Amino acid sequence: MRLRNPFGRKPKEFPSHLWTQCPNCAEMLFNKQLARNLNVCTKCGHHFKLGAAERVELLADAKSWTEMDADMVSSDPLGFVDSKPYPDRIAAAQAKSGHKDAVLTGDATLAGIPVALAVMDFEFMGGSMGSVVGEKITRAAERALAERKALVIVAASGGARMQEGTIALMQLAKTVAAVSRLDEAGLPFVSVLADPTTGGVLASFASLGDLVLAEPGALIGFSGARVTSETIGEKLPKGYQRAEFQLQHGFVDQVVPRAQLKERIAFFLNAFRIAGQDMRWSL
Amino acid sequence: MARNIAPPHALDLIGRVFDHFQELHGDRGFRDDPAVVGGIGELSGRPVMIVGQQKGASTEENIARNFGMPHPEGYRKAMRLYRLAEKFHLPLITLVDTPGADPRPEAEERGQGEAIAKSIQVMTRLATPVVVVVIGEGGSGGALALGVGDVVLALENATYSVISPEGCAAILWRSATEAERAAQAMKLAGPDLLETGVVDALIKEPDAGAHTDHDATGAAIKTALVAEIDRISRVPIADLLSLRYERFRAFGTIVEPGGGQAPATPAPWWRRALRNPLRRERS
Ligand SMILES: [Zn+2]
Repeated sequence: MRLRNPFGRKPKEFPSHLWTQCPNCAEMLFNKQLARNLNVCTKCGHHFKLGAAERVELLADAKSWTEMDADMVSSDPLGFVDSKPYPDRIAAAQAKSGHKDAVLTGDATLAGIPVALAVMDFEFMGGSMGSVVGEKITRAAERALAERKALVIVAASGGARMQEGTIALMQLAKTVAAVSRLDEAGLPFVSVLADPTTGGVLASFASLGDLVLAEPGALIGFSGARVTSETIGEKLPKGYQRAEFQLQHGFVDQVVPRAQLKERIAFFLNAFRIAGQDMRWSL
Repeated sequence: MARNIAPPHALDLIGRVFDHFQELHGDRGFRDDPAVVGGIGELSGRPVMIVGQQKGASTEENIARNFGMPHPEGYRKAMRLYRLAEKFHLPLITLVDTPGADPRPEAEERGQGEAIAKSIQVMTRLATPVVVVVIGEGGSGGALALGVGDVVLALENATYSVISPEGCAAILWRSATEAERAAQAMKLAGPDLLETGVVDALIKEPDAGAHTDHDATGAAIKTALVAEIDRISRVPIADLLSLRYERFRAFGTIVEPGGGQAPATPAPWWRRALRNPLRRERS
């Protein structure tokens, strides 16, 4: 016997390839409309995750995007095997996402301002940072430095990639050192924290922007909530480690709705321009 | 000679390696974190700054020291001492020994991720010689916050990992009892660290291990430190900073089928002129 849907709507009415239910307000959202609204719930403003390609489209001016290092892949330095070998995990993630690893990097203009842009993709192995993410972000920072332009990074990551062991941990120091050179050279770095930005990515470049902007509701924290919860033996309050929590505690400058992100970054980069200078922050 | 059963922790070694050690307290913002100790002492007559993570020998002492897990104010105290070392041209020696940064909500509220990121940043560009010694457990980002140096040494039985074996097992095997397997897979032991270059040299422990003879362990560390500080103090500071950048820049195991698009940077003079004085021959 079939159970009746207690909400009175037959599931058939909302096949999942066409409809998505908002986890915040339970509204059924038509996928096409959701995508048109930048993956933001039209009823309550809940921000769903945004893929890296869509994020590039959101931030880069039309036809200005040149992807760099698109073919870079990781080798398997440790010969790491858990329930399956690391190379198999990478291959599966590549097939699923269409990207070679968890970040897209390239050059673009953002509202006319030349930037080096790096956008992480949580869909690729939880956006984890291994050798490829570390190298591509480092090169993006080095390109910004060489061309004296701004760096914008959108983080979306569960942290360092365990399958690459201590080499993955070293990517924290590598990326921090690279973005620090922009700081020394007087070049702007805007760090955007998307859902989620946790662990080793928060504990490295993502926390070091001249400005740190966060998307509404994004999970942002160093320690995983499960570990914390087990340590203190309590459940964590609603809103713990969300963007608004980090704003309240002083670790992000602004929580910016996705629809306003591009114009807000442009506003700040324009403000950082030396009067009368072009957008390259020349010395 | 005293036979010890507990492994030597930071203060045990500081007392044996340095003369006239005077501890310095506090981050000047919130409190004095007992999981991080630091101060000024003499290494064979030369004043140096020492910063280390401190575990306890007994349960009571471990609770007082929070098992060597720093809070953000611990990293901020470390940063204060790093900058003090820089200001007065004191070589900095750090002793790494932590299971990781404290995961409790109060640590998150005070910015654990930001504190670690900043600490890494300060070390990457600190204009004074820095030698890191992993004396026990190098647990993830919380360890790396003390781990960026010109030379990284480790006691031969020390470990250094991107995540605790228990944490890795819980995520990848969905069972904390697989910690042993996770530890094997992550290759976090001395010889592996030497092979990947995460550690430049291992310091030999007494035959039965560091825990059996604190005096001999201290003496071995002292011999290694005197040699390293003497060697790197002769490198001009600008070159030392370039070399430190390159040391961490080089970590990664990437493959680029298309040949790569790394920004062209001319080889610095020291690379053309001489062999990197900080790298040693690998046998
Ligand atoms: Zn909604």
